[in-house]
Amino acid sequence: MSALVAASDLAVAYGGSPPALAGVGFDLRPGERIAVLGPNGGGKTTLFRALLGELRPARGTLVLAGRCASVPQTERSRLDFPVSALDVVLMGTIPGRAWWRRPSRADRAAARAALARVDLADRAGRTYGELSGGQRQRVLIARALVQDADVLLLDEPFTGLDATSAARLEALLAELASEGRGVLIATHDLEQARRWDRVLCVNGRQIAFGVPAATLTHDVLAATYGGAIVTLPGEDAGAPHHAILPPHHHHHH
Amino acid sequence: MLHALTEPFAQGLMQRALLEVLLLALVGGTLGCWIVLGELSYGAESLAHGMFPGLVVAALAGLPLLLGGAAGILVAALAVALAGQVGRGRIGRDDAVAVAVTTLFGLGALLALSPQTPVGIQSLLFGDVLGTSAADLLAGGGLAAVVLLALWGAHWRLLAVGFDRNGARALGVRSLAVDALLLGLVALAVLVAVQGLGNLLVVAVLVAPAAAARLLTHRLAPMMALAVLLGALAGVGGLYLSYYASVAAGASIAGLLVAAYLLARLGAAASSIRKGRAAAAG
Repeated sequence: MSALVAASDLAVAYGGSPPALAGVGFDLRPGERIAVLGPNGGGKTTLFRALLGELRPARGTLVLAGRCASVPQTERSRLDFPVSALDVVLMGTIPGRAWWRRPSRADRAAARAALARVDLADRAGRTYGELSGGQRQRVLIARALVQDADVLLLDEPFTGLDATSAARLEALLAELASEGRGVLIATHDLEQARRWDRVLCVNGRQIAFGVPAATLTHDVLAATYGGAIVTLPGEDAGAPHHAILPPHHHHHH
Repeated sequence: MLHALTEPFAQGLMQRALLEVLLLALVGGTLGCWIVLGELSYGAESLAHGMFPGLVVAALAGLPLLLGGAAGILVAALAVALAGQVGRGRIGRDDAVAVAVTTLFGLGALLALSPQTPVGIQSLLFGDVLGTSAADLLAGGGLAAVVLLALWGAHWRLLAVGFDRNGARALGVRSLAVDALLLGLVALAVLVAVQGLGNLLVVAVLVAPAAAARLLTHRLAPMMALAVLLGALAGVGGLYLSYYASVAAGASIAGLLVAAYLLARLGAAASSIRKGRAAAAG
């Protein structure tokens, strides 16, 4: 099957400044989930913005065979904003509609269907800020689905979720991928990254790309996260565990 | 009783004033919700006060107030934008804007106190809702229609930007364009409302009803409806007060708008205490 996304020697820059991310070469196939690992400011969001067409490649090629949609972090949105879950999903119908047009009946039906797809049909009328973190994340996924996205770009979707919500979200992502979509997940969670199909490690440039078992070596992680990596004794001697210190958050580009 | 309610509106002057306050309630209530949600109250106030020299010059030159107001707002917007740029980093943006607006307002006051100034200049400051002419209503109605149509059309883009500015970009919404549109509409609304409520009180109708409604509901459509209703009640109530208690109409309306906000604040506080008690009991 042909790739949904194919990047080759891709470099992305803000304005005329030196590239924030360079040397990126990877492909995303239908049905595949790829973890994007990297420190804050390492270029994960820059890559997503290039995929969304907000930034043009400064060098190299980026071929998109499908529509990309972003699933931002839930805490980036204003939780005190007076919108319902359905309103948020309907925002996904804005692209391609003239600014004076309102959502059509078909748009509303599509939004309700997307909410049903993420198991939130009964929450359509709820105020977004009153939903749980996991539910809010699923509403944002529904907003991407209503855009008919072939590629979902998720920005640290598991941050702040309890184990049950995280498991539910993980199952949903597996389902969405199995329907032929590609899923890119920016994350700090190494253990989770090991369960995806492939991993892409970036830190200003691409460090490594491949299946997790072969890619997430100590050297690759050290190059990805600099000194902020520690090796934990593994449960079995053959597989040491790595952890990242500290996975703190601040605004990255 | 019924007679007491209808009597004030037997005169054409009061009928026009009634239409004017209802128009202001409609524009102020709907646009006000976006002002409050977008935290643009200070910007609205800056525009309203900064336009004062334009109004005074129009009054001195015998030009239509609408024209002077429009020119004044343009100058005020430029001054505010420039003030935000000059001295960036060393002086806070709000401080720079405050200096620019106070300068403009002072300039207006200087002109207003000149010997050539015609009487009635205080109506520029405090408005003259009872002096609304049919032509004022027509112009105000036209501008109000533009504001309402633009809000109706841009609703989803305003919603997307207000909800999540960065996320809106990924939906193809240019947040700067949406901001510019909103500020333009605020300028138009100030222009509509300044004739009735004057330079100093105009912000009351743009901010107070929406701020009160914001405290009482968590959804946008009810918030807008409630804000329009509160604005209309305060407007009509102010006209009655003015008629029966012989107090200034504009000030009465502004006073009632602020009272509505304070009541909403009390109501919201009482309800959160009740909820807290219920949660503690349950």
